Amino acid sequence: MTMRRWLVWLPALGFALLIAAFYMGLGIDATALPSALIDEPAPSFQLPPLPGHQHGFSTADLKGHVSLVNTFASWCAPCREEHPTLTALAEQKRVPIYGINYKDKPDAATAWLQSLGDPYDRVGADDGRVGIDWGVYGVPETFVVDRAGRIRYKHVGPLTPQDVNRTILPLVTRLER
Amino acid sequence: MIDEIGHFALVLALGIAAIQASLPLIGAARREAALIALARPAAMAQLLFIGIGFFALMHAYAVSDFSLVNVATNSSRAKPLLYKLTGVWSNHEGSMLLWVFILAVFGAAVAVFGGNLPPTLRARVLAVQAMIGVGFLLFILFTSNPFARLVPAPLDGAGLNPILQDRGLAFHPPCLYLGYVGFSISFCFAVAALIEGRVDPAWARWVRPWTLAAWCALTTGIAMGSWWSYYTLGWGGWWYWDPVENASFMPWLIGTALLHSAVVVEKRDALKTWTILLAILTFSLSLIGTFLVRSGVLTSVHAFASDPRRGVFILLLIGIATGGALLLFAIRAPSLEGGGLFAPISREGGLLLNNLLLTTACATVLLGTLYPLFLDVVVHQKVSVGPPFYAATFVPIMIPLLLAMAVGPMLSWKRGDLLAALQRLKFAFLLAAATAVATMALMGARSLGAACGLGIAAWLLLATVAEWAERVRLFAEPLGGSLRRAARLPRAAWGMTLAHAGMAVVIAGITGSTAWSVERIASVHPGQSVDLAGYTVALDGVHEVPGADYNALRADLRLLRDGRQIAAMHPEKRFYPLEDGTQTDVAIRTNLLADIYAVIGERDQSGGYVLRLYYNPLVPWIWLGAALMALGGLVSLSDRRHRVGAPARRARPLPAPAVQPAE
Repeated sequence: MTMRRWLVWLPALGFALLIAAFYMGLGIDATALPSALIDEPAPSFQLPPLPGHQHGFSTADLKGHVSLVNTFASWCAPCREEHPTLTALAEQKRVPIYGINYKDKPDAATAWLQSLGDPYDRVGADDGRVGIDWGVYGVPETFVVDRAGRIRYKHVGPLTPQDVNRTILPLVTRLER
Repeated sequence: MIDEIGHFALVLALGIAAIQASLPLIGAARREAALIALARPAAMAQLLFIGIGFFALMHAYAVSDFSLVNVATNSSRAKPLLYKLTGVWSNHEGSMLLWVFILAVFGAAVAVFGGNLPPTLRARVLAVQAMIGVGFLLFILFTSNPFARLVPAPLDGAGLNPILQDRGLAFHPPCLYLGYVGFSISFCFAVAALIEGRVDPAWARWVRPWTLAAWCALTTGIAMGSWWSYYTLGWGGWWYWDPVENASFMPWLIGTALLHSAVVVEKRDALKTWTILLAILTFSLSLIGTFLVRSGVLTSVHAFASDPRRGVFILLLIGIATGGALLLFAIRAPSLEGGGLFAPISREGGLLLNNLLLTTACATVLLGTLYPLFLDVVVHQKVSVGPPFYAATFVPIMIPLLLAMAVGPMLSWKRGDLLAALQRLKFAFLLAAATAVATMALMGARSLGAACGLGIAAWLLLATVAEWAERVRLFAEPLGGSLRRAARLPRAAWGMTLAHAGMAVVIAGITGSTAWSVERIASVHPGQSVDLAGYTVALDGVHEVPGADYNALRADLRLLRDGRQIAAMHPEKRFYPLEDGTQTDVAIRTNLLADIYAVIGERDQSGGYVLRLYYNPLVPWIWLGAALMALGGLVSLSDRRHRVGAPARRARPLPAPAVQPAE
């Protein structure tokens, strides 16, 4: 009987632990994915330009200043959703934005940028290999790269104005200091 | 105006729930008949007012009243009426309102059909139920008001997530909620029994139909959800061990255990403490299911309705409801009298084994679902737990369960004879073994796992049929006599036979689809064709078709076998301009033994279209089996024992109204 008296408290105890974990879990942003490349130098790459563009995009472009690298594709619906945010950020001329056009048809990408506006300082067309080096597993993703060309932050999914104002721009300011 | 009435009705319902949660409880403790009698009309009034609130929101959706934030963000004018109405529960606020509406329906059902319950028990059940109602109404009114206004009202709404515009999904949440919320009644009965300090066979008989009804709804709901993900997500799969799927599966596992342990309480007056605990856990897992979906604690495809602030509130609700019930359990359970004794090998023993295995299975699912969360909390590491984990943990627990499930019904109560039971099943065993061997012979040595799976399914099905045949004395006496016996067989026995057979069919379906699915992904130009598992799929052309509120890219496919056309298939890719989203419309051709499943993808550089084709053998059996299980539950529910012959409690001195003295 004494054993049983003790056992009946077990469910309540287990439940208390569960609730504690849930409570702590609430504070965690489940969408914030770590990147194995955080604080690592950006992979070296050389991407050809899109049709109608003069420059491609390569590792050398990242050196000497803080920049954003954004992956996008014309077939990606969330990229369309994110596009106005990026365009607005580009208009501020606060930080250069580079684009990796990921697994896309070059003509479709050019048409997409022509019709919706081009926020990118440089865009490179990637058949998927450079994306793998960057650890991309979905578009859109946005990286913050510091002056030394190291990846400092990765955002998965479409950027919202809140993300830009609360996370991206403060980080850029800090890295520029 | 109607919206304000709806909002106000919810506030009134909150007031009534508060009264229903307190006064009948006091009345039951003090034996004041007037206060006890309050519970029933209060439950009816709650249904009335919450119903007004619910239908006011439905009305707002039907007439596209975009002055409500909720309607404006989740509907649009061009939407077909069906999806306008089902849009009510496609979003957080509306689905919570549906939740309390169903809660009120169940409460009123107890008030109406609970005429044979002792008044104090009924009052306590309804009071506990009203406490849950108070919690959720507060939650709705303070954090998730569906009647919040939007000024100025937009001319058109933002539309409904295209993935949710589907006939199957339209009725998936109500079914699931009927199950989740239905278990609240078992929970209330358990808590009321703990307050009263007595659990007896009569109690179990009152609880069983409610548990059974909830179980049927949950079974249907889960099957619908799985079917929906099969034919809309376009990946040919039907279960992903996604946290939210698990959230609905866990209450099902424990609810199934509860269903069986309640039988033991009813028939043998044993396993009482355990049954009470299961009743508490089943509903708690339902609440946790709601929490996991609503809080965004775990990411999943269902994350479209998540918000952490609400998560804290629901967490508080769960903490009070489950925490309170478990504390009460810890205090009161030791004083519950033990009941009938039984030998390990007996019907009770079999049902206990069923309970232990189901509970363990549920624990592994819980672990797999929450492990990433725990790891994130403790060491800030992100991992995801996928199908391999469940294949390694869940499946090995299910195998003994299924094997034993065939034998359990053959054992007698109190003390069974395992050897004799197995002897009566020798034909079932031989045929099942033959099935496994034939599978190996036909499909090759690599199909060992699949052969075992089909063998187990055959074993369960044949043993179930054998048990039924014994009951009706099939072949042991003239056919007419057997038929008469079958007609007189209690509905509960029929229910068990159907449900267990359904499980066997599900297992066969799972085995076939896991072992022998064939996938082909190819870039196809119009005029070309692809071979798939003995069939040929020819792409005749692709053209654009306008839909109600979308534009579709539709492929004309012909399915051929040996050069003969069997069917025309038309998978679509739909673009919803308003929501700016795309949705695949899968084309499925089934002959009930296997599905041919076709998805049209993007046009690629060369001008071809990416076709994804699947040959999924036995997949339809998963849902046929689930339907059979739910049907079994319904048949069992219609057993006359649940309706007539109101169980009377043996006369016994009532326990002291105040706190029970310890020993």
